[in-house]
Amino acid sequence: MRSQLKDMVWVFAEQTDGVMADVSLELLHKARTLAEKMNSQVSAVLLGDKVEGLSKTLFAHGADNVYLLDDAELKDFRSMPYANLITNLVEEKRPRVVLFGATHIGRDIAPRVASHTRSGLTADCTELKIKTLTIRKVEHEDLLLQIRPAFGGNIIATIISPDVEIQMATIREGVMEMGEPDASRKGIIIPVKVELDPVEVAVKIIEKHQEASSVNLKGAPIIVAGGYGADTPEKFQLIKDLAKVLGAEVAGSRAAVDAGLIDSERQVGQTGTTVRPKLYIAVGISGAIQHRAGMQESQKIIAINSDAEAPIFQVAHYGIHGDLTDVIPKLIAAYKSQLH
Amino acid sequence: MSLHTIVLVKQVPDTSNISGDVMRPDGTVNRARLPAIFNPEDQEALELALRLKDKHGGKVTALTMGPPNAANMLRECLYMGADRAILVSDRRFAAADTLATSYALHKAVHRIGEYDLIFGGRQAIDGDTAQVGPQTAEKLGIPQITYTLEVQNLDLKKRTVRAKRAIKNGYEILEAPLPVLLTVTKDAAEPRPFDVRRLCTYKRAQSRFEIEATVDDSHDLVWMDELMEKIKADDLLIETWNIEDIDADVQWCGLAGSPTKVHKVENVILSGAEFKKVPATPEGMNDMITELMQDHIFG
Repeated sequence: MRSQLKDMVWVFAEQTDGVMADVSLELLHKARTLAEKMNSQVSAVLLGDKVEGLSKTLFAHGADNVYLLDDAELKDFRSMPYANLITNLVEEKRPRVVLFGATHIGRDIAPRVASHTRSGLTADCTELKIKTLTIRKVEHEDLLLQIRPAFGGNIIATIISPDVEIQMATIREGVMEMGEPDASRKGIIIPVKVELDPVEVAVKIIEKHQEASSVNLKGAPIIVAGGYGADTPEKFQLIKDLAKVLGAEVAGSRAAVDAGLIDSERQVGQTGTTVRPKLYIAVGISGAIQHRAGMQESQKIIAINSDAEAPIFQVAHYGIHGDLTDVIPKLIAAYKSQLH
Repeated sequence: MSLHTIVLVKQVPDTSNISGDVMRPDGTVNRARLPAIFNPEDQEALELALRLKDKHGGKVTALTMGPPNAANMLRECLYMGADRAILVSDRRFAAADTLATSYALHKAVHRIGEYDLIFGGRQAIDGDTAQVGPQTAEKLGIPQITYTLEVQNLDLKKRTVRAKRAIKNGYEILEAPLPVLLTVTKDAAEPRPFDVRRLCTYKRAQSRFEIEATVDDSHDLVWMDELMEKIKADDLLIETWNIEDIDADVQWCGLAGSPTKVHKVENVILSGAEFKKVPATPEGMNDMITELMQDHIFG
């Protein structure tokens, strides 16, 4: 039966050194819900060298097909060969929807693929939906609603590409939830011939340094995050102190990252990581929509802010109006006293 | 052959400084109320290009697509050290998405002619899409290095460039043949201050729009042409190109050439949800922590 379904929803399956990126698996789960609305299968597009073994993981997370492009030239990611091969496949098969993780890799190639295929592409979507819309009396089936905050987070825009066939989006890691894998799911591997022109592989990798990340915001049960209100290293140290006492990870808003108070890999929000911890403590974070998009599904939220009108309070369960240099030491003391 | 670098620059609304009257009641943005600034990463891209010029000689061309007042930013490019400034501006470019923008930019690059390197910021702060750089490279059929942290070596004999690029939890060093397009991340190169002598010279630089605005009915077209020629001869012309000047096909420009369309814009309305106001006192904190412990949030 499944083979009678169309093949219209694709996910770029991003792997590095044979390890699948979480975001690709998250997108496969989202792709399944989109595909059901479109009566379509879900396909993953996998490029690399000796990566066929990853197909099982892709099937388990929702892929019906894996387009496999396996070649020694594809061992390490490079823009041109990856983008051109995906472009060729998209042009041949013409899916309706192609999703990429908004990673250093996805954000590098998705624009090239979209440019060549003249597809609509929206970056950093926070929500995706499939809908049929009538625009000026013309019915457009299976439109991908590409939803994202825009313009400094003051608005939420729904973007559509009604006049083109192929609709693309990039999505940050953590935005879509990764469902449980189903090891019994089966799929079909479709090998794709890899042919590359010397010009396409002219860029050479001279050196590569990659460390295992020590930061695991997505997996942290408690996160203490600082924002512009913690605008000095001394104030930010208080946030770190609180995190240490609670056994929490430290994070920051974009303002904190831009101010150099914290590494960008610890940024929570639309252009950082989306988290859903048991407890999120937002300290000195005003709560722009881009930040809220990355944390509002936390189980409990405590907001500490000196501005009683800060929007962060609207998503909080507990609000503490006060100066962080006063509040945090009291909070640490109260927590310690209850432990004993 | 001497080095020629093109830098893609954009004037953007300062989205970090949005005040109340910028948002209209219907949720749309009143761009006119926002201060316009030089997109920060584009300024760093220009700085990287100027550093290469300092070392290897050659020329730097600043290229933008935007409204007439983007000439203000192009003057800043000239103050920093750009040799040539080009404003691609036409009402028919309005409402361009990244694809239509990169189409127009690549046509403008074709008109510029020979080049070795193109630099641009990784992304502009008004959209954060990071798409125009790669899309322009694709349309030009050249390779790209995105997330550039540093240009390490430019070899004009071998015609290669080496650059360090950010990747997840690390970096890689790539060697690319020229011409190549590089997009530059924040903190790649602190932009130099304006050169005072250049500022004195180029504050008189004008775009065609600005020259036209100084001409009134008492002047004839010949006078206008002569004025343009004089400004050009003084090297004070910000070249201003429209759709015809860059030989662009109108169907790929502006709204018509943009596959993505804004379907709906919603003002961000907060629900005003109930939250527990916790007094900033030891008792208040204690009560809150007790509740969280009962909810098994801690431990």
